[in-house]
Amino acid sequence: MFGRCTILEIKNLFVEVERKAILKGINLAVADGETVILFGPNGVGKSSLFMAIMGFPKYKIKKGQIIFQGTDITRLPASERARLGIGMSFQRPPSIKGVKLRALGEIINSHKDNGDRIEYYSRILKLDQHLNRDINLGFSGGEVKRSEILQLLLQNPILSLIDEPESGVDVENISVLGKAIKRLLHKQDRLKKRQNSGIIITHTGLILNYLNADRGYMLINGCLTCSGNAREIFELIQKRGYKECQNCLKQK
Amino acid sequence: MSELLKTEIKQKDRKKLLSVGFDVEEKQRSASYSILNHQEAGFRSHSPGIELMPIGQALNKYPELKKSYFWKLVDPDQDEYTRSVYETEPVGYFIRVKQGHQAVLPLQSCFFIKTERFKQQVHNLIIMEPESSLNIINGCASAEYVTAGTHIGVTEIYLKKNASLSYTMIHDWSEEVEVRPRTAITVENNATFISNYISIKKSKITQTFPTCYLKGNNASGIFNSLIFAPENSVYDIGAKVILRGKGSRAEVISRTISDGGKVIARGELVGQKKNIRAHLECSGMLLKESGSIQAIPVLEACHPDVDMSHEASVGKIAEEEIYYLMSRGISEEKAISLIVRGFLDTKILGLPAYLENEVEKTINLLDGSF
Repeated sequence: MFGRCTILEIKNLFVEVERKAILKGINLAVADGETVILFGPNGVGKSSLFMAIMGFPKYKIKKGQIIFQGTDITRLPASERARLGIGMSFQRPPSIKGVKLRALGEIINSHKDNGDRIEYYSRILKLDQHLNRDINLGFSGGEVKRSEILQLLLQNPILSLIDEPESGVDVENISVLGKAIKRLLHKQDRLKKRQNSGIIITHTGLILNYLNADRGYMLINGCLTCSGNAREIFELIQKRGYKECQNCLKQK
Repeated sequence: MSELLKTEIKQKDRKKLLSVGFDVEEKQRSASYSILNHQEAGFRSHSPGIELMPIGQALNKYPELKKSYFWKLVDPDQDEYTRSVYETEPVGYFIRVKQGHQAVLPLQSCFFIKTERFKQQVHNLIIMEPESSLNIINGCASAEYVTAGTHIGVTEIYLKKNASLSYTMIHDWSEEVEVRPRTAITVENNATFISNYISIKKSKITQTFPTCYLKGNNASGIFNSLIFAPENSVYDIGAKVILRGKGSRAEVISRTISDGGKVIARGELVGQKKNIRAHLECSGMLLKESGSIQAIPVLEACHPDVDMSHEASVGKIAEEEIYYLMSRGISEEKAISLIVRGFLDTKILGLPAYLENEVEKTINLLDGSF
């Protein structure tokens, strides 16, 4: 689109988790500066696709390729992928005893700013009181999501994988998160200048009220079944539910 | 600094002493005591509220010590080690903090083995008079060239009413050193005893199981241990607290990591009076298959109105946590190191800031060692 470069290309990807086939031939391309929404009912493999892109060994790639900025990353460890510019906001991240949010923030902060951004972003995300706490330990659902986005803002990845940013977040904080994600994906920049891309998984679609997506995809039964205008797809789901999608597939 | 310390302790070993919390320059310390093998190398109190001298000298000066304190908490016949200390001319420290004296700076002590295969046997006595308070840092180490030796330490601690003592031990022995502290504490009304035991280095065997008698009403006894057991080391550690005073409170917490070593984390709480509260927590993390961790929590209630609980968990490092950190661009090695360091969180010790810094420095020595 618009003659922009492809930064992520997934070719015919098959993924297994504990010997169960989850993804069955995914093909997906994300361009520079693009924001893509991933729709689909529960348990179809949306998060698994993220895990496979990020490089979690539990998500075994049986077939296919993942190309990031021209590099085949299919076999690289997660830390290498992160260094190349992929970041992920987890749906349910683990808590780590004794490791403080600030300490982790300092390690992953890719901005050369003596840690000023940690203070700045944590204030924006209303997490300044959480910096000296153990990561995610005793955080509420909304705090976990904000902490994930805080970490991504510090890491500033070229491609952000954002898994259900709005689940468990109260109305007031959704706008805080929405604005932060907008910043993360360089939405304030004109398309030509925009460099960061993102794939967002959403159930409620609420995030679409805060940022415009370039495209939407539907993931059903381990396959991407259709793509189109994200808002249109979401409105259709709201009106008819995912059942309609299943029926549509049968007709094919 | 004493002349003897200056001549006897080489530059390299001074650094080692610093890592166990002992500052040979005696900066920011209220009093200092050191013993090299059985040579009492220096003792000095900078505070009129703190009396500090070798135990032999104290026994001569105060005959009543033998009658009421010395060998009154630890039984000489407890085992072969206490017997052996009993049969030797006593060396060690005598500390008495005067009534109402609240020491701001810590007292430091250093037990140092400087000769190969030396058997160091000490007997320490601490008396905390009513309303007194003190922090003690005990640094135990052996000279760099020493590979084998034995340290047996009998320590008897008395806390009178409203007194508080925080007793921190940091160990840095050599791979063939056997360590057998034998400690007993008695705590009177509203007094608080806190023990922090930190050992992250090699030693052949460290076996300690202090007994704490909470005799007074609302007395507290808190025992924290942070242990990192490298290959070929054995740590058999824990504490027993007997809650005899109404409303007394005990906490025994251990965080242990085996990097190939064998760890036995014990804890025994005996609730004898009403309204006591006691909690036991053993968390173990096993990094290698060659190691083992055994958690042995024991609770005994002898009164219906007690609140006693325990938590024990032993397992390997959570993979999910490693991958989470890796997804932020942190290498697997560094991720494991972060999680291990977090697990040995010095914040759980509740130390004053300057002491926490000392302990933090010790734990930081772990970075890159596994």
